[in-house]
Amino acid sequence: MSLKHDIEFTLNGVRRQASVRVDMSALDMLRDVVGLTGTKYGCGEGECGACTILVDGKSLNSCLLFAVDCNGRNIVTIEGLAADAKADALRAAFVEYGAVQCGYCTPGMVVQASHLLATHPQADADAIKRGIEGNLCRCTGYKKIVEAIASVNAADKQGARP
Amino acid sequence: MNGAEKKARFIAPDTLIGKRIPKMDAPEKASGKTRYIHDIDLPGQLYGKILRSTRVHALIKSIDTAAARALPGVHAVITAADIVNQRPIGVAKDHFPLKTDKVRSLRDEVAAVAAESEQIALEALKLIRVEYEDLPILTDPAEALKPGATLIHPEPRQPGGQDALKPSGPVAFTGKPDNVAMRFDYCHGDVVQAEAESDVVVEDTFKLHYVTHCCMGVSGMIADFDSSGNLIMYSNTQVPFLHKREFAEYLNMDPARIRIIQPAIGGGFGSKLDIYPFEVICVFLAQAAKRPVKLVFTREEEFISSPTRQPVLLTLRSGCKKDGTLTFRVVNTLHDNGAYTSWGATTPFVMMQTFSSLYRVPHCDYHTTAVYTNNPYAGSFRGYGNLQATFAVEAHMDKLAEAIGMDALDFRLKNAQAQGEVTGQGMEFDSCGFKECLDTAAERSDFRRKFAENLKNRNSSDPIKHGVGIASMLHVGGGAKIYPSDGCGTILKLDDFGQVTLITGASEIGQGSETVLSQLVCEELGLPMSALTVVNNDTAITPWDVGVHASRTTFIAGNSALGAARLAKAKVLAAAARKFECPASDLDLRGGHVIKAASGEALIDLPRLMRNLHFSDKAELVMTTFYYEPPSSYQDKRYKGNVSAAYAWASQVVEVEVDTETGIVKMTRITAAHDVGRVLNRLGIEGQIEGGVVMGQGYALTESLIIENGVTRNPNFRDYKLVTAPEIPEIDITFIETMDGEGPQGAKGVGEAPAICVAAATANAIYNATGVRIYGLPFTPERVYRALHGKGEKLVPLTAKAA
Ligand code: FES
Ligand code: FES
Repeated sequence: MSLKHDIEFTLNGVRRQASVRVDMSALDMLRDVVGLTGTKYGCGEGECGACTILVDGKSLNSCLLFAVDCNGRNIVTIEGLAADAKADALRAAFVEYGAVQCGYCTPGMVVQASHLLATHPQADADAIKRGIEGNLCRCTGYKKIVEAIASVNAADKQGARP
Repeated sequence: MNGAEKKARFIAPDTLIGKRIPKMDAPEKASGKTRYIHDIDLPGQLYGKILRSTRVHALIKSIDTAAARALPGVHAVITAADIVNQRPIGVAKDHFPLKTDKVRSLRDEVAAVAAESEQIALEALKLIRVEYEDLPILTDPAEALKPGATLIHPEPRQPGGQDALKPSGPVAFTGKPDNVAMRFDYCHGDVVQAEAESDVVVEDTFKLHYVTHCCMGVSGMIADFDSSGNLIMYSNTQVPFLHKREFAEYLNMDPARIRIIQPAIGGGFGSKLDIYPFEVICVFLAQAAKRPVKLVFTREEEFISSPTRQPVLLTLRSGCKKDGTLTFRVVNTLHDNGAYTSWGATTPFVMMQTFSSLYRVPHCDYHTTAVYTNNPYAGSFRGYGNLQATFAVEAHMDKLAEAIGMDALDFRLKNAQAQGEVTGQGMEFDSCGFKECLDTAAERSDFRRKFAENLKNRNSSDPIKHGVGIASMLHVGGGAKIYPSDGCGTILKLDDFGQVTLITGASEIGQGSETVLSQLVCEELGLPMSALTVVNNDTAITPWDVGVHASRTTFIAGNSALGAARLAKAKVLAAAARKFECPASDLDLRGGHVIKAASGEALIDLPRLMRNLHFSDKAELVMTTFYYEPPSSYQDKRYKGNVSAAYAWASQVVEVEVDTETGIVKMTRITAAHDVGRVLNRLGIEGQIEGGVVMGQGYALTESLIIENGVTRNPNFRDYKLVTAPEIPEIDITFIETMDGEGPQGAKGVGEAPAICVAAATANAIYNATGVRIYGLPFTPERVYRALHGKGEKLVPLTAKAA
């Protein structure tokens, strides 16, 4: 079988090691080796965003990233966002604004949105739409997702949220 | 009692109905904690993979699995030869899960493997050698109908057509003398006479394309046998109870020994309504390997082997009088059934309702033929044939209006159904807000003014043309009597903490049924949403339900939940009446308490009352059951009858910008007015409409599964274009609340409605903008550009004979 590599990285704030096949994606590593299933498989080809994670603060499709390339990096998944106040506000907004139906796209959306708000705090509705362009949702028609993200941004601007 | 000394507490009336109630499972989903089928692993589980045909139509000469079987880590390799008495599945029982002597489409399952890892399973597939002998490929239904065409299902399966497994049992599929999969003929009135009396007659041919569900969660399941040989399936099905019975039949098992558990589902939209080969194969693998087997698709596999929406070629002839009265419709349609028969073949049931009954049509003739080809096969998909039918009908509503010089809206209003009408097909409209939908959508979008203005600007020098179009739809909204029962069962249990468990047969597929059902129960019992737990995903626990289809869950499961809640309320109030020595009619439930109905004074909180009941010498439990069966009827042999207890209506106005230099159509705004009976959960119902509208936008503008010579050319999201966030139009929604007498709290079904008329309204908008009518979908830049330059596809009309 394929060659394995030992790698070391930070996952959701915790240093850890993993032994991974060289042809394995970061998505498969997270789901099958580490056992964190919040990051979803939707296409495996970088076309749907269900597998979005943060790598050194950048949002990436984990299906396109080799697991071995996680070596030395700081990885945050939907599970790791639990510690983040802004992400918490986002999650709450997704619930409150009805941005979740089947929920399969939701973890990727939340990760992408939290990255968007961190990097573009001024984003208006159009910028938010462009920001989640790479994340497909078949259920909601996106409108409520955009509203949810915008609500957190608006609350931010008013200083209502930390 | 020291209650007398306490200050009396009063609870003001409140309601949950019409509020914005967040979806109950949303917090888990937004945190990534929800477990979908993909996220579940059982101890000792193996991974299943399927070898599919590499040929579109061919005889299987031989299959050599020796090398695959010898690969370390492989536990089972199966082909049709390994399965004793394999039985055909599907709506027409024309489909063996593992193909026996022949492959009929590229998706066909030839062999399957269960191995220790997905990697090993994939390696093993590569080692299987299959020899084929190609047969002529049929991909055009018109060709497939011609005498002498190669037959897709020619062979008698068993001598005499008897099922080998049960000699006296039902006849299995026995092959066909031609390639006709199904035929439907419907008529009311006398169309010949009506045509003679018409002032204007129009005829056109329309071509509707392949699209597919694209659920974000790909298909998958886990099959597991316990030590007594009972089968447990972790499945994404939308119809667990039908599934259970059918699986029992295919596996020759006692249904009592099959249990179906449904993990969270990553989207359904009708795709999980039938049994598919992969599910049966997964069970075969678990049987062969004697280990649990998980089988999950790749996205490519999902595109290639999932059912599609029914592609249709359709010729419509309609007439009216000068005063705007519709006179008749004649419809001939040809459906590409694909190689096997799933629910797609039965979409004519729904299509004929739109032709016969959306508008008042005194005379109607409808003939349809579904033809076997070597293409992918069609299943059920949100709207179920109605998008196709509405596309044609609403084009003709515009054309006829224009021909007699009548305003498009007035023409529709004149022919729109109204409350109390019984249609030629026998549908009875107890609640009908159709005219209000038309008026509302038109007013809110300023339809008349924009329509006239766009006409004036058609010949302006600006290459960007603006268009506005209207279309409406009728769909079942109170269940659909198709199966032996259209009912749903509920069990309701109140525990000693006043917590309520709602056990319902209705599946949650993301549409929010669990929240709406809970809302109905909480409303009845005067409880907050937090007092409720829903159990809805295990056939060993939940009572029977026919499944999630036909926009039926809010209506049917809602009435069932409401019935159980009313019984529970009566029990609780009777107990309280005994305790407080007053008539039960003086009491009510509110804010988690028993109250005096007149004053709102709280008498006792529910948990305390429950404990009093449990732990008294009477030891009484509050647990109720209810089974709801709607008051609808089956269609007769001529397809007439009131199949649904209520009908949903909607009108949508679509606004577009057409770039005449590039053919790019941009959808800028959709104004939707929906008769939903009553809004129960405003947040949820808005979500259904918005999601459906955008799905309709995809059908109209971007989505197309390209099948060339039986081969799916674009099995990925790069080439199959779903609508993305920046492309969505502004969406304006108005709910028309007609308070259906039979609906739970007045509500009707809405799940499918929003997707149905978007494409039809878009076609009308493009015509309004450019004066060019396009008869095929989707409105891609290329198709629109060609049409604008007089190079549109020429479609040959179907005659009754050709169909
Ligand atoms: S699974 Fe990674 S983008 Fe779709
Ligand atoms: S909620 Fe189902 S895909 Fe987005």
